[in-house]
Amino acid sequence: MVDITIRKRPRTESVVTQRKFFKKTARGKVIKVLRERYLRDDVGCGIQNCSTCDNSTADPLPYSGDTQHKSFPEGHFVLPDTNIFLSQMDLMESALFKPPIILLQTVMEEVRHRSIPLYNRLKALVRMDDKRVWVFYNEYRSETAIIREDNESPNDRNDRGIRKATEWYNSHIGLSRPIIRGQAKPTIPTVVLMTEDAANRKRAEGSGIAATSIRNYISSLPEAVAAQLLDLLSSADENDIEPTRAAGGRQAMYPEYFSESILQAGISTGKLHKGHFNASTYNYLQGSVSVPGYPRPVLLIGRENLNRAVHGDMVVIEVFDEAKWGVEGDEVVDQEATLKNDDADSDEDDENDEVLRQEAKAVRASEAMAQQKEKQPTGRVVGIIKRNWRPIVCHVDSTALPASGPSSSTSASTLSTQTLLAHPTSTLLPRIRIRTRQGPALVNKKILVAIDAWTATSRYPDGHFVRVLGDVGGEDAEREGLMLEFGISYGAFGSAILGCLPPEGDSWVVPPKSDDGVWKAREDLRDLTICSIDPPNCQDIDDALHARPLPNGNIEAGVHIADVSNFVHADTPMDTEAAARGTTVYLVDKRIDMLPALLGTNLCSLRPNVERLAFSAIWELTPEAEIVNVRFTKSVIKSKAAFTYEEAQLRKDDPKLQDPLTTAIRLLNSLAQKLKAARMAAGALNLASPEVKIHLDSAESSDPIDVEQKEMRETNSLVEEFMLLANISVARKIWEAFPATAVLRRHLPPPRTNFDKLKDILQKRKGMTLDVSSSGALADSLDKCVDTNEPAFNTLVRIMATRCMLSAEYFCSGSVGRDTFGHYGLASSIYTHFTSPIRRYADVLAHRQLSAAIGYSPLHASLHSKPHVERILEVVNRRHRMAQMAGRASVEYYVGLALKGRGEKRGGGKVTEEAFVIRTFRNGLGVFVSKLGIEGLVMFKRDLTEFDADNYVVTIPGSSAAVSGDEDVTISVFDKVVVNIEVEKDKNTGKGKVKMTLVHPIDSSAL
Amino acid sequence: MGSRVEILNDGGFRSDGRRQYELRDMTIDLSQQGVADGSAIITHGLTQVLVSVFGPREAKMRSQTMHDRANINVEVGVAAFSTGERRKRSRGDKRILEMAATIKSTFEPVVQTSLYPRSQIDIFVQVLQQDGGLLQACINGTTLALANAGIPLLDFVCAVTGGVHSTSPMLDLTLLEENDIPHVTVAVMPKTGKVTLVTMETRLHVERFEEIFRLACEAGKVIHAEIKGAVRERTSRLVGAMGSGPPRTGGGGDDDAMDEY
Repeated sequence: MVDITIRKRPRTESVVTQRKFFKKTARGKVIKVLRERYLRDDVGCGIQNCSTCDNSTADPLPYSGDTQHKSFPEGHFVLPDTNIFLSQMDLMESALFKPPIILLQTVMEEVRHRSIPLYNRLKALVRMDDKRVWVFYNEYRSETAIIREDNESPNDRNDRGIRKATEWYNSHIGLSRPIIRGQAKPTIPTVVLMTEDAANRKRAEGSGIAATSIRNYISSLPEAVAAQLLDLLSSADENDIEPTRAAGGRQAMYPEYFSESILQAGISTGKLHKGHFNASTYNYLQGSVSVPGYPRPVLLIGRENLNRAVHGDMVVIEVFDEAKWGVEGDEVVDQEATLKNDDADSDEDDENDEVLRQEAKAVRASEAMAQQKEKQPTGRVVGIIKRNWRPIVCHVDSTALPASGPSSSTSASTLSTQTLLAHPTSTLLPRIRIRTRQGPALVNKKILVAIDAWTATSRYPDGHFVRVLGDVGGEDAEREGLMLEFGISYGAFGSAILGCLPPEGDSWVVPPKSDDGVWKAREDLRDLTICSIDPPNCQDIDDALHARPLPNGNIEAGVHIADVSNFVHADTPMDTEAAARGTTVYLVDKRIDMLPALLGTNLCSLRPNVERLAFSAIWELTPEAEIVNVRFTKSVIKSKAAFTYEEAQLRKDDPKLQDPLTTAIRLLNSLAQKLKAARMAAGALNLASPEVKIHLDSAESSDPIDVEQKEMRETNSLVEEFMLLANISVARKIWEAFPATAVLRRHLPPPRTNFDKLKDILQKRKGMTLDVSSSGALADSLDKCVDTNEPAFNTLVRIMATRCMLSAEYFCSGSVGRDTFGHYGLASSIYTHFTSPIRRYADVLAHRQLSAAIGYSPLHASLHSKPHVERILEVVNRRHRMAQMAGRASVEYYVGLALKGRGEKRGGGKVTEEAFVIRTFRNGLGVFVSKLGIEGLVMFKRDLTEFDADNYVVTIPGSSAAVSGDEDVTISVFDKVVVNIEVEKDKNTGKGKVKMTLVHPIDSSAL
Repeated sequence: MGSRVEILNDGGFRSDGRRQYELRDMTIDLSQQGVADGSAIITHGLTQVLVSVFGPREAKMRSQTMHDRANINVEVGVAAFSTGERRKRSRGDKRILEMAATIKSTFEPVVQTSLYPRSQIDIFVQVLQQDGGLLQACINGTTLALANAGIPLLDFVCAVTGGVHSTSPMLDLTLLEENDIPHVTVAVMPKTGKVTLVTMETRLHVERFEEIFRLACEAGKVIHAEIKGAVRERTSRLVGAMGSGPPRTGGGGDDDAMDEY
């Protein structure tokens, strides 16, 4: 039994240990807050072999600190303050930054209050293998605990606490190493306070503490290390370090943000609104924020109104009077084109008036439009609640280098610092100004850049260089850039994780049948005729099926899922890693596994003719596919065959084949068709997404490739139906067993307004109506959207409708109301993911819960805790979204490559394809090439065309050179056009860019 | 607010610097309060409760008079200033009535009521300050006050709150912790090992429950030692003041002794 004690808190200490204060809530109520804390003497200092502290539990800091630094020959420890972590996290994380770090609780908590993502990075830093970090809980140690004094700001209090802890450490080290006569004087390493705050440094030095700024500290490190580390220094506090820079003379380009209290008050009174900022892909001067108060997203137009918001930020906006409301600009404004010549240093110059004029023109154009169309609320950003600043993949233009630009005067040698603009790969993000010493080396490289700050006086945000990913256009760099952009962790699995694998490795087999071990309470289904059907070259087979007639006329059907939870146990390093990865990511040329390959592609994979552990769901179905009963059991199976969809289809269609496998497939197929019919009758949607398949020539060289659309066979739907059935049955079961914490998946019905635009277009262009009152009604009306001349039209409408919907998400059943469980797309009242535990983490959780629900194993405690499940699912949801986007981006990249390859083969570098118009702009068309699954833009020079925004029609007058006849040519949404697609290499960046021009009905290259 | 506080950090410390199995500081004051036959002020950390016991005395209400044993009457009052938000609670407040009923049923099997037929024992609980573990403080305070009043008890009743954060159980929760994690209050009779009360208003899985329940029973014994020490010290002080018993052990505090006369 554990040792239970009463912690005594002497009355005499209550000045330090007890706190009472009043605070005012957002609603204006005054609340009394009482806190106490217990001070102790058993908080370890974390230094190896300390004579007074017990540091035996964790791995301690080295006895003599780090002796590499010139200024501290006797050894030292670094004790950074909060700002170091807030602004210089990249540096602290660098493998080159090696001194042992003492991390104070005060610092941890301040970081936590300021930024949760940074806090998570800090926690990861503490756990990192090659870092030596000790967390010292100074607020709980009696000698170092302090209280806030009168007239002291919380910041000052924390600074004082940090200084006090530094002081204590220095005296503690001295005391614990007394001078013993007859022995050499012990070396006393110094604890160095690292802070960027000059006043704090001065005070520290006043009380005899060694203090340093991070720049000074790094500068006196060995030369080679220093140069690299200096680049990682964030520029956020540059002004403090180099007061020489003329900061005062600059003009503010942006309005200042409101103060915190005004924002809070504004939000609570409803004058201001809070929401996520979405930048527009088409126009860098435009963005929108969806706020609860308005049915349509609020538009933000123009640089000043965007006011330094970056895509994904949580912002506070003010909505303008209705008189100023406008419409979304109908023009494409490309940042690269407009700001091509803008220089990184040019904020102070007047000469870029030109830029401002052009921008103003673009903004005015959209204002003029406002008179004609239905208006949308507009507003401006007045404050930012949370930045969404993560490392961004960028490249540096070769033109940005000093050879020609005005910044050449500042760069005497290649090693001096230069200011450059880094161009993010994503068009949603602004360009970032960085200062670097390795300018020439960065040109034509993909680099990772972090944003540090965006002041009101600067057009661009300031950032710093993190690291080089590789050459622009190089596949490895592109892939890595892509993965970083979507936050996918792609590192190899660590040794702790691999240690969780079965020790037998490859040679692991299901042991001979017995009554205990893995066979305990497992059913022996090795004799069943089970087979798996998957895409070609599938390595991780996580599902298999069987069906057989029962004597009573019913049919037994079974879905067998790889029993991953038998190998991945809760609370192990492998489990933690899988939860953090959330899902396996499929890129065109690479699969980033969620679980180590040994499990995913071997031990868990339900390969044919091998005994494997499975989790089976077995139904008794009537011939009409109604469920009589269902049971779940852990089992051992031996799959008889692994088919591809195509093979299974051929087998099923071949009347000569009458073997048990083929009859089983036919039986399954007949059931699946009835299941599907029932599902459709219940109102399930048949959605479409532009899915294409990329052919890689060979496994090694992945360049010349071809694209084709994915084919759907009957057998695809067979597998799908049974997986849906399994998921629904499992969802019911686990919800029944664990109503508070079941891991489920839902798809909320989309708000009706999402469909407004599509409805309007359909009505005006095709005279078709879309009924969005329910998923069933929508499915019916989508079925009616058929153009007899154009079979692809229906698919196009489906794709557009799908984009109007919300995405499905995992949730914890206890955290939302029962009436919101439904899955809109599948028209099911309850749903979960159970069938792919090898590649999705939510399925692993569902497995554990189902296993507990059938009494096979006890449920791990963490799955009883609602907050814990919510936290995991939040991560999994985000990972899932990111993985989808990464997959799509990867396909896009390869489609580009394929086009290039195809074009080169035919000479001329052009590919001609049919396309549908999906959006019209004043100066261009958005087109969708269904054959390639890509979207593109066709741009016109605007003056020549007439644009009817209400009817989505662009008219090109007959007088134009592009038109062959004399008659006007009109193009509108849903029109079929022919486009030339070519991949144009940007001269500066070397980045491939898909460019489309119209061939039919007019030739837009002349426009 | 809740999410901004770490219930249990990586170093194994709770938000107030305690470790998982450490109980908060306990102080017990058994001096005379007004005209009560027995009274006690108990604090668990910042939770403070005053309990006064009157009786056994003649039952005032005929309807509640029982011919074979005494009737226990519990009334709970919560001071308006005891919580963070100043709020006056009426006597008829459902939560308060429920707490009174809980205390009553906890003590009914412990107090030897059959020694006092046709009489009643009044227990007045006044909550002065709240910071989690309210019921636990009320029960421990009542045990002390009853003992102080010289009412025969079969055993001490020692209550303690336990909760579980994810998978780590912890004892004696503060208000901050109670708001965030599921918790159970257990009252045990340490000598006999019997449990007179288990109450829980949040959801907790059965397997977690067992662990916490056992832990809380153990913690009850620790609290018992503390309560017993306080009662013994108080008694020896009284006896010492009467001049007939052994000399007092506790030194200092002569003033207290004077007050009692």
